[in-house]
Amino acid sequence: MLEIKHLNVGVEGKEILQDINLTIGTGETHALFGPNGSGKTTLLMAIMGFPRYQVTKGKIIFKGKDITKLAVDERARLGIGISFQRPPVVRGVKTRDMVSAAMGGGGDEKSIAKLAERADLTEFLDRDINYGFSGGEIKRAELLQLMAQKPELTLLDEPESGVDLVNIALIGELLNELLEKGCPIRTRKCMGLIITHTGHILEYVNVRTGYVMLDGRVVCQGDPHEILASIKAKGYEECARCVK
Amino acid sequence: MREVKSSKAYKDKAKAASAKPAALGEDIDLSAFAASAEEQPYQADPSKLPVKAKEQMLETGVILDDTKQRSGTYIQMDNVPVHFSSQQEGIEVMAISQALEKYDWLPDYWWQAVAVDTDKYTAHVELNKSNGYFIRALPGKKTIYPVQACLYLAKAKLAQNVHNIIIAEENSELHIVTGCTTGFGEEPGLHLGVSEFYIKKGAKVTFTMIHSWNPEIAVRPRTGTIIEQDGLFLSNYVLMKPVRSLQTNPLANCVGENATVRFNSILIAPPGSHMDIGSRVLLNARGAKTEIISRALTTGGTIIARGYIEGNAPEVKGHLECRGLILQEKGVIHAIPELKGNLAGIDLSHEAAVGKIAEEEVEYLMARGLTRTEATATIVRGFLRVDIEGLPPQLDAELRKAIEASEKELM
Repeated sequence: MLEIKHLNVGVEGKEILQDINLTIGTGETHALFGPNGSGKTTLLMAIMGFPRYQVTKGKIIFKGKDITKLAVDERARLGIGISFQRPPVVRGVKTRDMVSAAMGGGGDEKSIAKLAERADLTEFLDRDINYGFSGGEIKRAELLQLMAQKPELTLLDEPESGVDLVNIALIGELLNELLEKGCPIRTRKCMGLIITHTGHILEYVNVRTGYVMLDGRVVCQGDPHEILASIKAKGYEECARCVK
Repeated sequence: MREVKSSKAYKDKAKAASAKPAALGEDIDLSAFAASAEEQPYQADPSKLPVKAKEQMLETGVILDDTKQRSGTYIQMDNVPVHFSSQQEGIEVMAISQALEKYDWLPDYWWQAVAVDTDKYTAHVELNKSNGYFIRALPGKKTIYPVQACLYLAKAKLAQNVHNIIIAEENSELHIVTGCTTGFGEEPGLHLGVSEFYIKKGAKVTFTMIHSWNPEIAVRPRTGTIIEQDGLFLSNYVLMKPVRSLQTNPLANCVGENATVRFNSILIAPPGSHMDIGSRVLLNARGAKTEIISRALTTGGTIIARGYIEGNAPEVKGHLECRGLILQEKGVIHAIPELKGNLAGIDLSHEAAVGKIAEEEVEYLMARGLTRTEATATIVRGFLRVDIEGLPPQLDAELRKAIEASEKELM
């Protein structure tokens, strides 16, 4: 379970998130909606523990442990993984190296090849990670690394952005595998938190709860499809009006 | 061992240039170094060379105890060859002094790719006792295993004078690994190495050079290469150990159509090291191509990484990539990429980047579970990993092994 309690997060001295409260139960996947600049990515980065995102108040509890002060790599090893919206290019470091790292430094050739085939990235294993990759390839490479890492909590920052319709179906499939959607709910352990702008990914991945973020606050929580329908029909202006 | 005898004309030119400073780099006082040393005995069996020397040479990829996986071997200590042999028919490996006696045509190649009066260092090699290797692949012959050569500086305060000639005859293939190293600790020494490469029509030469000096050594290699039609020259240079002062700026001249040159340099400068290392390519024939790639990493030393490509013929193509990584505050990397196009229809480009490791990249790897140290090491390893097209797998593996050994020290 992931519990976020009264969380405030600042970036370079400026407070971005205020009093965030959110709970993701074991085996559940939730979605975050919100306009650009509302603080969605900041929340994901703070959960992952990137130093630039400073928790100024509140707690992050994962599997019953307070992880608020843990470093990024410690959180990763504890079972939190992230798919970046725009991951960096790391010249000289191959996709294969990243997959192997995500497997804890191990991973035999065969299992790496099998995962790469699943993500349709076999030919990318010996290329510098993210260098010259298309939008869809970047997203699939992120998911490939997460499949190698097998996190219990997967944070996904716009997994469908810049992806064409053919790729989005594959990304949906990979996400469902990653989040154990094929397992019965009672035995499912993996959790997910997905940022989505367009909501397209919800056509492929079953999401239990949706949140709307505005100006660094969670202002609404409920059925994700209902929330998405409202946003599509009336825009975030309606959310702002509703809160007032 | 007989001495190299050169013509009077070269001697005269050398005398005129004997005080001529080099165009680049610190001026070395040649009078501070002895011109000759006690001669080491020749060994027909290279495994009988001194154990310490063999160990030093092994670090640079020169294997003497079991030479089965080598097509030939040349070892020079100070200014004297102590062993040379060929283990493959059609591949000649011998001292240049012997080759000059054997082949009356060899003077046609003498000082043709490097000018004898380039500077006082080339002049010094011509005017003083010198020797070097002669490596030649006969027409159509291809090395099964690489030829290895080592230029070993055994005596401190000595100027080692080397003059090498490498000839790949038409449609031949020659793979050479060469290691240069010293047998003494932190004492001064000077290595002056002239190397002339002649790559004939359709021939291919890969030349992988690993240098391992000490913090007091000065090094001035002077290298020239002439590549004929459809010829390929692939040069890999690795310097990952301290050196006081090293300046080199090899020149490759593509004189034949579709000649191809690739220079790869991997350099690490610890504190106190000063390296001024470049590569120059003249694309003088239609369709000639080149790629110059350098990776410069400093942990406190200075690296000047130069690159120069000149396009003088139609449909030539060249790319220069220089990347520098500064790991410690006091390190300096100065990238100087230069392109010169002298006619329309040529394609020359460059990219250069110098900086520290991006925090964003470290954190990206940490998000996959690597510690900060592991993430940094992975990025450094990736930075130093240059994908070398055309290098035989065995050589590629040997090169990577040498780089990995230095990485461990670095981290």
